[in-house]
Amino acid sequence: MKKQTSFSQFSNNSFFYWSLLVLFGGIILIGLLAVHQMEHHGHHITGMSQQIVWGLPHVFAIFLIVAASGALNISSMSSVFNRTHYKPLSRLSAMLSICLLAGGLAVLVLDLGRPDRLIVAMTHYNFKSIFAWNIILYNGFFAIVFVYIWMMMEQKMNKFSKLAGFFAFLWRLILTTGTGSIFGFLFAREAYDAAIMGPMFVIMSFSFGLAFFMLVMGLLYKLDGRQIGDYVFNKLRKLLGVFIAAVLYFVIVKHLTNLYAAEHTDMEYFMLFGDNIYTQLFWYGQVLLGGLLPLIMLYGPLCKKSRLTGYLAAFLVVLGGLIQIYVIVIGGQAYPLVLFPGMEVTSSFFDGTINSYIPSKYEIALGVSGVAITLLAIVFASRILPVAADNLSDEYVNPHFKKK
Amino acid sequence: MNKLNRREFIKKTTNTAAISILPGVFLQTVNAKGADVKNRWGMLIDTRGCGDCKNECITACHSEHAVKSFDRPQTDSQWIRKVTVKNRKTSHTMALPIMCQHCEKPACVDVCPTGASFKRVDGIVLVDRHICIGCRYCMMACPYKARNFVHENLSEQNTISPRGKGTVEACTMCVHRIDKDGAKAKTACQQACPKNSIIFGDLNDKNSGISKKLKAMGARQIRADLNLNPAVLYQGLDL
Repeated sequence: MKKQTSFSQFSNNSFFYWSLLVLFGGIILIGLLAVHQMEHHGHHITGMSQQIVWGLPHVFAIFLIVAASGALNISSMSSVFNRTHYKPLSRLSAMLSICLLAGGLAVLVLDLGRPDRLIVAMTHYNFKSIFAWNIILYNGFFAIVFVYIWMMMEQKMNKFSKLAGFFAFLWRLILTTGTGSIFGFLFAREAYDAAIMGPMFVIMSFSFGLAFFMLVMGLLYKLDGRQIGDYVFNKLRKLLGVFIAAVLYFVIVKHLTNLYAAEHTDMEYFMLFGDNIYTQLFWYGQVLLGGLLPLIMLYGPLCKKSRLTGYLAAFLVVLGGLIQIYVIVIGGQAYPLVLFPGMEVTSSFFDGTINSYIPSKYEIALGVSGVAITLLAIVFASRILPVAADNLSDEYVNPHFKKK
Repeated sequence: MNKLNRREFIKKTTNTAAISILPGVFLQTVNAKGADVKNRWGMLIDTRGCGDCKNECITACHSEHAVKSFDRPQTDSQWIRKVTVKNRKTSHTMALPIMCQHCEKPACVDVCPTGASFKRVDGIVLVDRHICIGCRYCMMACPYKARNFVHENLSEQNTISPRGKGTVEACTMCVHRIDKDGAKAKTACQQACPKNSIIFGDLNDKNSGISKKLKAMGARQIRADLNLNPAVLYQGLDL
């Protein structure tokens, strides 16, 4: 019979552990210095322009925000879908989702032209704007998931945790649909303007969030010398494979639909068969590195039993996810706006030209610091709160466990 | 020293407050003609004169609003620009100025999270620089690429057209002139055009010059298929 799960804070004090914290702190500091430079001199020091208005910081921010709602999924599996073997992971999953959102939002806010006006964004709402709705959804996510974690951790409130989990799950579905709709509602741009963006972002969140969770879980448990059994790891591994395949499915449907419509054909040829960086990133980065290769690594007969290939596959999903969002955000803007369909358009304002973008060191620093904020926050949170199960070996997780 | 009783204190305080505040209120009232729901300001541009011009409208606009180049074409603002359009099959070429089209259903206003992008009742689409957070979502949404983000530190601005680093800006249809002179106003681009190719006026007034010309000659909107109903109309868009 399976043993009862207990939770406790991580208490690692090794040199490596503290070095990691210093590293994350250092990256965050460099990110803040980059923001200072961007705000002091203006955004002209970045690679962004009047053509590419959202750059690398947005790529990182959107990735982290999308992964945030996905990381909560493991928790939802246990509370909403009664998959009890995920219960020992549910606290860590919920806490990581908050940390990911914090990292993503920090980057998003610090890349604003006027980050000092954050209070304006919190007090002035245009309810017709999906962006404004997202601000409400992000703030609500923090509040709901905090309450959910509290209900999971406070014994007296345990009975409400299922309800809170269900509410958090619904909220996260709406949130990610909202994030995808930021692009879906942009009818002016050929690469966006598609209802599928909302649900596609939801499925992307499942994949990116789970991959990020696996890596963080692996790192934290390794550092503290705690065990992760094959049972739970294989469950996560198989689930990640399903999500990767689902993302590929959505990507295929989106591009096929666009290829069918004559008005989008030029843009699709630019994205899929063009002589540009986005085509290469799409095929080699998003599809091969972030999709097919991890699938083989997770399901292939030779490597499916290896823990290392599992983590490597998760890492590739994270990398491929970043590339996918880069292709969506930057590639979508690189393709010029269509002022006169079918005509050749030129101007001193780069109308009709494929826009170029090279991220500056400031944007790279800010984007990477978002990941560092997430990691520092989860390491800190798991040190002060009992969010991680003491043992994830099969005898604690597998409901059908029998001693041999 | 005389002691101030309560009644005198209230009286003097009220008087002082009134003397300080009233001139301000009065001045504001005198200057602000304000937008009128009866009007829909618009522009009609005859592009047949644009091909060989010397960009006088662009120079005038940028001078009026102190929009200066920093010799960084990728990040410099261009409130109005000359676009050349060529039909690939026939090689027929034409040119036209493009600025904010002051749409009836502006995408920039819909997407702005704080309401900084707004449309006045007379149809002019503006940015409230006090509450623009510089998120650039309006730039993503505008089909005309009419919006600009201020990438630089600014100096020597014109008081009639304040700008701000880190915020978004676009053509204001010279709203300061319209608020002063109403239907008699001329926009800076209109005034500068040597061929009188730009007409400004009230699209809602059937007797205005712009409405009469539209009735007689017709005109087209750019990307009319998007159904945004822009207030900037073009003649000679025959491709």
